[in-house]
Amino acid sequence: MTAIVVDGLRKSYGAVEAVRGVSFHVDEGEVFGLLGPNGAGKTTIIEILEGYRTRDAGDVTVLGVDPRTGGRKLRERVGLVLQEAAVPPMLSVTELVELYRGYYPSPRPAAEIIELVGLTEKAGERVRKLSGGQQRRLDVALGLVGDPELIFLDEPTTGFDPSARRAAWEVVRNMRTLGKTIVLTTHYMDEAQYLADRICVIAAGLVVAQGTPETLRAGTDQVTHIRFELRNGVAVATLPLKARIEGGVAIIETATPTRALNELTTWALAQGLELPNLEVARPSLEDVYLELTKNE
Amino acid sequence: MSSTGIALRQVSFEQRSFWRNPASAFFAFLFPIIFLVVFATLFKGQRVQIGSVQTSYDDYYIPALVAFGVMGACFTNIAITLSLRRDNGILKRLRGTPLPPWAFIAGVVGSSIIVSIVLALLTTVFGILVYGVHVPQHIGAAAATIGVGALAFCALGMAMTIVIPNAEAAPAIVNGVFLPIVFISGTFFPVASTSILAQIAEWFPVRHFINAMFTAFDPAHQSGSGFNGTDLLMMAAWGAGAVVLSVLRFRWEPRKS
Repeated sequence: MTAIVVDGLRKSYGAVEAVRGVSFHVDEGEVFGLLGPNGAGKTTIIEILEGYRTRDAGDVTVLGVDPRTGGRKLRERVGLVLQEAAVPPMLSVTELVELYRGYYPSPRPAAEIIELVGLTEKAGERVRKLSGGQQRRLDVALGLVGDPELIFLDEPTTGFDPSARRAAWEVVRNMRTLGKTIVLTTHYMDEAQYLADRICVIAAGLVVAQGTPETLRAGTDQVTHIRFELRNGVAVATLPLKARIEGGVAIIETATPTRALNELTTWALAQGLELPNLEVARPSLEDVYLELTKNE
Repeated sequence: MSSTGIALRQVSFEQRSFWRNPASAFFAFLFPIIFLVVFATLFKGQRVQIGSVQTSYDDYYIPALVAFGVMGACFTNIAITLSLRRDNGILKRLRGTPLPPWAFIAGVVGSSIIVSIVLALLTTVFGILVYGVHVPQHIGAAAATIGVGALAFCALGMAMTIVIPNAEAAPAIVNGVFLPIVFISGTFFPVASTSILAQIAEWFPVRHFINAMFTAFDPAHQSGSGFNGTDLLMMAAWGAGAVVLSVLRFRWEPRKS
């Protein structure tokens, strides 16, 4: 089953075309990462899917319904964690979760949701006394409390410290295990890599790449990098392979890393050289992403 | 859950948010009481002429202050609170839940009405006990006037958010519009109806609210029913206009720069 279908989506603000014909789909039960630089149009796309914006052209269905007309029935099945949203400061964590539970036909138990985001110890605390990260986790709890089938997480871990981020990732993984469909936007490539089953990269209002994190990294014009420090009086001209030098590090780009490494190490052994800090690395998702969006 | 149940829960949420916030509790609540003590002490024993009626300053001032309190609890409170919540995304998030907009509005309005009633009772009892003002002559008319005024000024508070660009500007814009009209409408001291200020104030709802409250309190026993149809109609008309504007233009999201 397909949770979201977007086909030929277009949206302009005045003369500015923010989204210029975007198509993708999200399968039920997957974590779908929507990536792109600020201003690429991803917030516009997300807000159209969430029902906040109307579209100029294209077909969009969310859980089988047009988000423009889905209304309350659709909102009962969808959980939103917005990019910037404060939480009412004067209630306690439990009071607020209870209030939001009342908005949904079959919510999850308050204690369970509070536990899920790791706020059990703060359950009786007023919201305004929570730290920024704790408020953000409460934000996530409010998005999950209605037991939605589909969850939008718009940059859910921005401003988290590393351990809070790891904890949030586990929350997302747990939601996925429960069979939820999750649409995630993030600026952190490690987050996308760790969480997303599939990724869609948006730049300048268009889809520039789509696929699993692995297939994106295995993209055709991406090459493996062999790096080592150029020391011990080795001149770059004497190397057996073409290399470039960046800050005292030799970088060999190759599409056939096994052969290249063999040639390099054979040569080094013959010369009686050790190659300091030798490293073989496939391009990270971040490298791929920066390459895809470099014209922005 | 039934519609009434949803609305009542929103009222209860708004009430908790209101009373737990020292700033809102102070401005909406203590402010009128402080004004009461200051002005009632300042003009103690003075006589004022209201139309054809001579009355003590306090007998004029208490009903005027009841109206002032209701306007603060409804207009000022709603305009500022909603601007703040719109700016920090609370309204946008709420709009993404199944909570129907009318239930949210019912919560805000219901809570403001509760504060208005408490404030009106407190002001009146304080006036009777401490400043010896007359017990309101027409309780039913007073309650009805407070009801019409509260609803109208709640609607005006919502409509006001339409022209407020961001939360920082809210207090300045709200008070900048509200306080001058409050002064020329004779809230703190009666303004003769022949004066130019009063004639300007006639066009706005504040003076009509004060007049209607004074008519309902009726210290000189000169009104049969305690109702003044023109005043109530004028308030209701402003309220209805504000409702139409709010329906057309109320924003749930911050204005994008």
